[in-house]
Amino acid sequence: MSGFKDPYDPNVKLTAGCSCGGHSTQAQHDSADAEDPASGSDALHERVVESAVMRALFPQDELRRRFLQAVGAGTAMSAISTFFPLGTAKEAFAQTGKLEKAAVKIGFIPITCATPIIMALPMGFYARQGLNVDVVKTAGWAVIRDKTLNKEYDAAHMLSPMPLAITLGIGSNPVPYTIPAIENINGQAITLAVKHKDKRDPKQWKGFKFAVPFDYSMHNYLLRYYLAEAGLDPDKDVQIRSVPPPEMVANLRADNIDGFLAPDPVNQRAVYDGVGFIHMLTKEMWDGHPCCAFAASKEFVTTAPNTYRALVKAIVDATAYAAKPENRKQIAEAIAPANFLNQPVTVVEQVLTGNYADGLGNIMKVPNRIDFDPFPWQSFAVWIMTQMKRWGQLKGDVDYAKVAREVFLATDAVKLMKEAGMKTPTANSKKFSVMGKEFDPAKPDAYIASFAIKRT
Amino acid sequence: MPRSGRAAAAILSCLMFVVFVAIWHMATLPTAGVQTADDEYAKLLGSNAAKGQKSAFPSPKDVALKMWEHAKDPFFVRGTNDQGIGIQLAYSVGRVLFGFGLAVLVAIPVGFLIGMSPLFYRAFDPFIQVLKPISPLAWMPLALFTIKDSATSSIFVIFICSLWPMLINTAFGVSAVRREWLNVARTLEVSPLRKAFQVVLPAAAPTIMTGMRISVGIAWLVIVAAEMLVGGTGIGYFVWNEWNNLSISNILCAILLIGLVGMLLDQILAWLTQAVSYPE
Repeated sequence: MSGFKDPYDPNVKLTAGCSCGGHSTQAQHDSADAEDPASGSDALHERVVESAVMRALFPQDELRRRFLQAVGAGTAMSAISTFFPLGTAKEAFAQTGKLEKAAVKIGFIPITCATPIIMALPMGFYARQGLNVDVVKTAGWAVIRDKTLNKEYDAAHMLSPMPLAITLGIGSNPVPYTIPAIENINGQAITLAVKHKDKRDPKQWKGFKFAVPFDYSMHNYLLRYYLAEAGLDPDKDVQIRSVPPPEMVANLRADNIDGFLAPDPVNQRAVYDGVGFIHMLTKEMWDGHPCCAFAASKEFVTTAPNTYRALVKAIVDATAYAAKPENRKQIAEAIAPANFLNQPVTVVEQVLTGNYADGLGNIMKVPNRIDFDPFPWQSFAVWIMTQMKRWGQLKGDVDYAKVAREVFLATDAVKLMKEAGMKTPTANSKKFSVMGKEFDPAKPDAYIASFAIKRT
Repeated sequence: MPRSGRAAAAILSCLMFVVFVAIWHMATLPTAGVQTADDEYAKLLGSNAAKGQKSAFPSPKDVALKMWEHAKDPFFVRGTNDQGIGIQLAYSVGRVLFGFGLAVLVAIPVGFLIGMSPLFYRAFDPFIQVLKPISPLAWMPLALFTIKDSATSSIFVIFICSLWPMLINTAFGVSAVRREWLNVARTLEVSPLRKAFQVVLPAAAPTIMTGMRISVGIAWLVIVAAEMLVGGTGIGYFVWNEWNNLSISNILCAILLIGLVGMLLDQILAWLTQAVSYPE
């Protein structure tokens, strides 16, 4: 890697424009970084330390070069090592830079929300960070939660409300959890059984049986929100059950449910098998809503900080790659096989490209049907907590901002997104609107109070 | 049964199979629907959805082809979540044998002790009667919560459900040894250890083996359900993974193999039972 050039070479500039000093711009640095999977090896660490020491001794690069030209590299090296313990410094750096754990297990649920976590394996994003990752398909959200809490998995694909629920101790013992990166935004839909083709108005849905993936999911909160806006009480007028995504189409086919608000490829699969049609994409309710997240326990973050950092970097890099529409077809082919999603390629491709059949005979073109943006907006966390409170999952007072800050690690994400060459926001919170109603993260309680249908 | 009777039974079995496959074939003949959507739209759908129908149940031919595919390459490993059906079966059989083996180690000595003493027999009875009918899967959340490891939990579930039939049968077999034989042993002043191994054990062996045969059957039933719940590896995971893909052909292949392996396990124990039985 050109960035780690010999600091004893008088012809090398150390104070150039990128983070490693070897490239004239950050972009050049990043492309070199991406091409070279060898970063993280010991020899490089030595170079980095030596460069850092030389930079500290000679803040002005001009001076260092003249010094080296005058005395020669060998003399300079021995002279510096007599008064500066280079060996110790190198060791110290290697320790902080070394992965505490190279073999990592990550659990996932076979849905397209997990795209960054899954694709990072076949497309080499983990390997580039020196990680040997095993992604393990898991049967449902409760199992993924238990296996992560049991430390069978080091990190996992979770629904973004889950780490909040785990941290708050709703539905499990309280364990501090973190979301270093959101995986996807949008990418969910309401699908109804074909026999309800003519009931497109939610007011006609009284008595319907719906499925959502989990109680603590964006799907549950969005469906409840949507129904409540139409005047239906989600606890009284309809039945909402929690069904693992892979079992939803089978249930819809068997007529056990009338519809679901589910992650893809479940919606598209229902169309593919001729059992359902896509009523609406959730992006029409709230464009840019978060869905699933990459989650790890606070314990993992503190005990294995380098492994954690490398993992998140791999995920953020993969997310950045997935965010580009031109890469989506290639990703669909990489994640469709039996080892990952186990779905026909065309189904996954329709989801990722947004060029899809809606089940009513129309071909829709919605390029941002699913999108990828790793930034964990803290206002997302606050919104989720307002809905937990609205539907009675969360009782008593809660310090929204504090929990959001502790679980949604926005600051870390900014750093890594910058390294991946992505645009980063300047704030950690933002306002957004859901079905036309604005949400102000500074006034969560007033927001809850403004709803007519609620359980508080 | 005389030879000719056996041949007749075999012919009848084959006939029943042929009739069954024929009915299945007739029931799954492709319906003569026409494509209702235009070509571009149809390309995005499954073949049946394009005709405005739900995807169909596979025909016997589909399943046979799928089976042949699995038989050709049963031991591939294409990653953690995609391994050959042979490997998955091996995982399941391994778990069953391990859990079952542990249960044998516990159930037979304990059953022996309980059976030897009428006092213990009565004292243990209420506990065994309550624990025996608990569905093994009801133990699963408890196991996951306390053991904190899914692989060990599935083995524990196998262990706990194979335990009771063996324990009861061993205790019953031991307590039901004929009085006269024990009296003869006492008259000859045989040492207690010798009495246990040379009089009681042979006498109780057929009953103990029957308990083991019941247990292994239950263990095989349970492992498939446990693996569907926990995931990861095993034939139960295979079924779940193919359900996820709505691939009924693959599920039917797995069902067939589960039946065959279960039959094999049962046969092995049936032979062993015969080996330890003796005519009175």
